[in-house]
Amino acid sequence: MSENILEVQHLKQYFKVRNGWKLLDLKAVDDVSFTIKHGQTLGLVGESGCGKTTVGRTLLHLYEPTDGKIIFDGEEVTSKNITAMRKKMQMVFQDPYSSLNPRMTVEDIIGEPLDVHKLYSTRAERRDKILSLMETVGLNAEHATRYAHEFSGGQRQRIGIARALAVDPKFIVCDEPVSALDVSIQAQVINMFEELQERLGVAYLFIAHDLLVVQHISDRIAVMYLGKLVEVADADELCNEPVHPYTQSLLSAVPIPDPKITKARQRIVLEGDVPSPLHMPTGCPFRTRCKYATEQCAQVCPELTDRGNGHFVACHNR
Amino acid sequence: MAGYDLNKTPDKQILSMQLDLSKFEKATEEEKRQQDVMSESTTFFKDGMRKLFKNPLAVGSIAVLCLIMALIIVAPHFVPYSYQEILSVEGKRDKGAKNLAPFEYSKAEQAYIAKGNYRFPHIFGTDEQCRDYFIRVIYGTRVSLVVGFFASIIVLIIGLIYGSISGYAGGRPDLIMMRIVDIIYSLPDMLVVILLSVVLSQILVFKSGSFLAMMGSNMVSLFIVFGLLYWVGMARLIRAQILSIKENEYILAARSIGAKPGHIIRKHILPNCLSVIIISTALQIPSAIFTESYLSFVGLGVQAPMPSLGSLANSAREGLQSYPYKLVFPALMICLIVLSLNLLGDGLRDAFDPKLKSK
Repeated sequence: MSENILEVQHLKQYFKVRNGWKLLDLKAVDDVSFTIKHGQTLGLVGESGCGKTTVGRTLLHLYEPTDGKIIFDGEEVTSKNITAMRKKMQMVFQDPYSSLNPRMTVEDIIGEPLDVHKLYSTRAERRDKILSLMETVGLNAEHATRYAHEFSGGQRQRIGIARALAVDPKFIVCDEPVSALDVSIQAQVINMFEELQERLGVAYLFIAHDLLVVQHISDRIAVMYLGKLVEVADADELCNEPVHPYTQSLLSAVPIPDPKITKARQRIVLEGDVPSPLHMPTGCPFRTRCKYATEQCAQVCPELTDRGNGHFVACHNR
Repeated sequence: MAGYDLNKTPDKQILSMQLDLSKFEKATEEEKRQQDVMSESTTFFKDGMRKLFKNPLAVGSIAVLCLIMALIIVAPHFVPYSYQEILSVEGKRDKGAKNLAPFEYSKAEQAYIAKGNYRFPHIFGTDEQCRDYFIRVIYGTRVSLVVGFFASIIVLIIGLIYGSISGYAGGRPDLIMMRIVDIIYSLPDMLVVILLSVVLSQILVFKSGSFLAMMGSNMVSLFIVFGLLYWVGMARLIRAQILSIKENEYILAARSIGAKPGHIIRKHILPNCLSVIIISTALQIPSAIFTESYLSFVGLGVQAPMPSLGSLANSAREGLQSYPYKLVFPALMICLIVLSLNLLGDGLRDAFDPKLKSK
């Protein structure tokens, strides 16, 4: 068994988009590679529309990948073995309101993975499993017969997490699990994620756009821009010594609760908008907004290169 | 600060800027419980039913429908005549009992009553073949309701299966399936109904005495016509519903769990479009009754002597000027049934449509 639970190699996900009479490729994810170690967390950050969610969904084959390899636990994930793979890989969704069926009780929602994979032999066993899952995520047993709309956002997200944990997965894709929640509840849910990781040894792909949250929970962080990874490094290193200009600007936008520091530091404001993924700039996707851009950037797309200490950056000039 | 008790909240001094610490004391158990009041757990169905019974129009139409149902079940047991029986008094055919007005007795009957016997009144009078009209209307209502009910179920089943497959599959299968629906939709349905009824009534031959033979080949062809033509509206409706429900994240969640399409349709999609299904089925019944009445009216409906409301209205047309009440009774019955089913359908929509929840 290798030390990586998940290895993604040159993953590509193109969507066909009809633009008038022409069929265009929308390159939502373009040649993305990364690895996640057993029991560790990779944070994936980037602005909206950069393909973070698509990466997460493609990992679970909710979209058929256009190209590339996903190797989970030493085995390649294909559309044939995906049902078996979904016993080990699960997903927590962003919106706790629309990700739970309004016509099902909590018991049925959490029990659904058990039903689908037939993980119990008697009704009593099913119920026991569900109740212990509810306890794991901090829900009362008496909530089992209630409907999802009777809960608050934080509680609903706990239900979603319990559902993901039902099959006892080794890896969970967390697709912005806290961005729809209040800040006070975010902390609770994030602490619960960490606690579960310690207890059950699950690995996470933690997708978010809040760098502070990601730094807190992740071992490593990957920064994404327009379907490509631009920088991958250990969490603290990336936040303290960002190399890629895009990461630098992202970090400069993170609010710091200290007025002195905030006054002293310089905010890097990017100019212009994100280019449309239908009309990607040639070469480096970030060059249209990058102050270091040169002639070379317009011609050759930079590869992720190792800058030592496991810090990968895709930039010609930095 | 001698004598300061750590466990007690210090009192607030007048004019002191100190916060009133009594406001920050821990909540008692009772106060905590007050915070956790949650609305009572109700199922979607119970909630809808509760709202339905608050709607006076819907309750009224349910009452009318129940009354009609009770009438058509009970009446054949206490009315001593049958729908095809030509009236007779003491074994002799009563030739005077032709076209009697409501509650009128023929001469032979009057003589019979004068002897001290009891004769059940002709509540709606009699028809031109000396048959009791009340029991014929009752049987006509039976036929119409049966047609309405079964035709709607046929439409529902075909539309449901076709619409959910088309909506769930999406893409090319959906495109092809919907074009087929469009073609069927574009046929003038009355023309097809008439053609099919004519052709089918000659092809279909049943064993005498069987249930199908009792209904008559026209009735069976009516069901076939419904099965062939009228499901398209339902299929479109359900497809549209499923297309919108499919976009919800819980469908994606179910897929990520590893659920099969059949499971997703049954557990997630159909329960969520149940309200639309119930409503449109309720509204389908009156339209089926109307079609049946229309076909019987033009002579393509049920086979004589079995009456239906439409064929009764048709035969009443001939003597309309002398005996207008013969048209009024079946027409009134059709109106009552169709109106109350329509109102009930509206009530169901108001009760089950989640978008009208605030009402």
